[in-house]
Amino acid sequence: MMDIIRTKDVVYEYIRRDDEGAVTGITTAVDHVSLGIKQGDFIAILGHNGSGKSTLAKHFNAILTPEEGTVWVDGMDTLEEKNVWNVRQTAGMVFQNPDNQIIAPVVEEDVGFGPENMGVPTEEIWKRVEESLKAVGMYEFRKHSPNNLSGGQKQRVSIAGVLAMKPKCIVLDEPTAMLDPQGRREVLKAVHELNKLEGVTVILITHYMEEVTDADKVFVMDSGKVVMQGTPKQIFTLVDELKELRLDVPQPTLLAWELKKRGIPLPDGILTGEELVQAIKDLK
Amino acid sequence: MLRDITLGQYYQTESVIHRLDPRVKLLGTILFFISLFCFSNPAGYAIALLFLAAVIITTHVPFSYMIKGMKTIVVLIIITVVINLFMTQGDVVVEFWKFKITKQGIVMAVQIFFRIAMLIVGSSIMTLTTTPNHLTDGMERGLRFLKVIKVPVHEIAMMMSIALRFIPILLEETDKIMKAQLARGADLESGNIFKRIKAMVPILVPLFISSFRRANDLASAMEARCYRGGEGRTKMKPLKYTSRDAVAYLVLFAYMVVSISVGRLDALKIM
Amino acid sequence: MSLIVDHISYIYGKDTGTPIEALKDVSLSIPDGQFIGIIGHTGSGKSTLMQHLNGLEKASSGTIYFNGEDVYEKGYNLKNLRSKVGLVFQYPEHQLFAETVFADVCYGPKNLGLSKSDCELRAYDALRKVGFPEDLIFTSPFELSGGQKRRAAIAGVLAMKPEVLILDEPTAGLDPKGRDEILTQIKKLQKEENMTILLVSHSMEDVAEYVDRIVVLNEGKIFLDNTPKEVFRHYKELEEIGLSAPQVTYIMHDLADAGLNVRCDVTTVSEAADEIVRALSR
Repeated sequence: MMDIIRTKDVVYEYIRRDDEGAVTGITTAVDHVSLGIKQGDFIAILGHNGSGKSTLAKHFNAILTPEEGTVWVDGMDTLEEKNVWNVRQTAGMVFQNPDNQIIAPVVEEDVGFGPENMGVPTEEIWKRVEESLKAVGMYEFRKHSPNNLSGGQKQRVSIAGVLAMKPKCIVLDEPTAMLDPQGRREVLKAVHELNKLEGVTVILITHYMEEVTDADKVFVMDSGKVVMQGTPKQIFTLVDELKELRLDVPQPTLLAWELKKRGIPLPDGILTGEELVQAIKDLK
Repeated sequence: MLRDITLGQYYQTESVIHRLDPRVKLLGTILFFISLFCFSNPAGYAIALLFLAAVIITTHVPFSYMIKGMKTIVVLIIITVVINLFMTQGDVVVEFWKFKITKQGIVMAVQIFFRIAMLIVGSSIMTLTTTPNHLTDGMERGLRFLKVIKVPVHEIAMMMSIALRFIPILLEETDKIMKAQLARGADLESGNIFKRIKAMVPILVPLFISSFRRANDLASAMEARCYRGGEGRTKMKPLKYTSRDAVAYLVLFAYMVVSISVGRLDALKIM
Repeated sequence: MSLIVDHISYIYGKDTGTPIEALKDVSLSIPDGQFIGIIGHTGSGKSTLMQHLNGLEKASSGTIYFNGEDVYEKGYNLKNLRSKVGLVFQYPEHQLFAETVFADVCYGPKNLGLSKSDCELRAYDALRKVGFPEDLIFTSPFELSGGQKRRAAIAGVLAMKPEVLILDEPTAGLDPKGRDEILTQIKKLQKEENMTILLVSHSMEDVAEYVDRIVVLNEGKIFLDNTPKEVFRHYKELEEIGLSAPQVTYIMHDLADAGLNVRCDVTTVSEAADEIVRALSR
């Protein structure tokens, strides 16, 4: 099967300038990244703030284009001008701040914004808006003002707004960073359902480890490079390395790791509380 | 503090006027304004007043709600009326100390009073019965002809609509920044005007920065959702005229003909 | 010397016709030098309560005593209260405004009417206490990374030399390392300066790790107020109001249910590990 997103040797640099415009420093935000993402997968990209994960994500939607290397979205090279709008339609993007991405003053109109831009006929827009809002469980709020919604609800509206464009892939750039635990749960539930029920490829960018234990594949980034990739089990076995990369491990994994350090023979790759309890029971 | 301010005073209720196409209401308001400046006798104002009263009753918006927001404007009306009353030259009716009230002054003052009052009530009917986004839609469609002379009508309407969405957010943000600086011992209430303006800097700078950040984020979000201006865009809620709107246009036309011909009768005679 | 909240209630929106009771008969006694975690979900009244503690909001009924004085008494110096009870808002870096980090941190002491040299001394001291990199103190706050901005903003409140420091979700949006660094610095302030700390947080794991006492708010009322161990003993009640205990607490309960002889009131990972090792080696 063809990869929905493929990158080859992507490099992106931020150039800092002083008041006179002279270059004062160059930060390589993305440094020769090559990866492939399979259609229908749930992918997580992890990394601390400043690791380059958000910059990389913006390449999947042609908001940024590589300075070196190539990004293909569904086979389309994002550097080619004519592909830009098709790329954005194929890979939708949800951003971090729930307030700064809702455009219309009414929920349903915001969800209709993408299809309107794409020139979708009116009746079809209404159909898509209804389906998308139902998919994220926000249909009963369709007439509400976004200002009266909670953070989690706003993010679900944003997801619906992307869904209404019928993308093959959704990129979520730290969608839960500004939410409370309740909102975080709501958003993750909606995203997982999209992946399972609608078969949309999900790329979740986050630094919350608990959010990625169900992912099909995890990429870990540090100073612009992909430094680890594998299944959550493979990744979370490497507790020392993750700590070095300024990342957390879920509490059950951490507890298993502490126990092993104290000489308790537990298996590798424990991700959940149930797994840990079972493993300890097996010891007895 | 600031969160008590309510902007966009749309009044939610069911009425024919609420359901009219925003373009009808926009044009209606403009024509009504024009009519007010055409009258040269009281009969014209009487007809306008009757027409306005009829519209107000049809809107189902309580009159008390309608005039609640006008307290500040009352001062303006009084000042204008008083100036006209005392400053107009002509046949003196009453005279005391340095002031003279003339016959022409009284006529002028009464005329001005009705004109301003009806102007304000008339325009508020539009905002009371039309949601802000409907209003921007109406402007975008109704003023489309301006595109011929290169006026970016779609962009202006989009800007208005985004502004309406962000006003409450920015008010809340201002409130928060104000409290945060107060927590750092800021004194916003004492001192002379220059001191107070200076004291606002720690509030305005973060507010500007945050607005720019939001604008930047929003632009990315809009681009990510394929926004590329008004070209080739379809509408989720396109404006469509119905028979109701045709009737409204007829009523408007009738009002214009009757009120202006009656209101200018004496002017015609003089000529 | 302490902060006492005496039966305060707060109702807002009276004039809009739909009054909302954000705080209902809240009483709290906050002794000097304690590290208190304030927990509750969005809309539980946490932030409103914090704004009462430094006089930004005034209670509809009840009163607050700071160091024995009624802060609502006529003539009480609220500006003084605000300097003694420092409040760090959520995303405090959004309030940075000055041309340099140093000037921004000086803003608070300057408002207190201190001399230039005193302001600078305090600013320097505050920046040092939050571990702000020394070579960056004269750069523009807008060129810093997220974590550095956060530190600069916290220093801006610390420079007022508060006796009580309230932080509203000081780690929101930071990555795990940044979060640990900030929380460790705050803990140090309590230990070394004997500062009273109130930490508003969503994260049970963070709170369990650092605080002496937890106050749980729900619908404007105090739901629980006790040591972490005691509060998390009520994990079932916490769940009913949409909160939860740290994950390790659940693991310990499951292990106990499975017949392992472990204490269930542990709240941190290292405690849990010790406890399991002890139970297994018996």
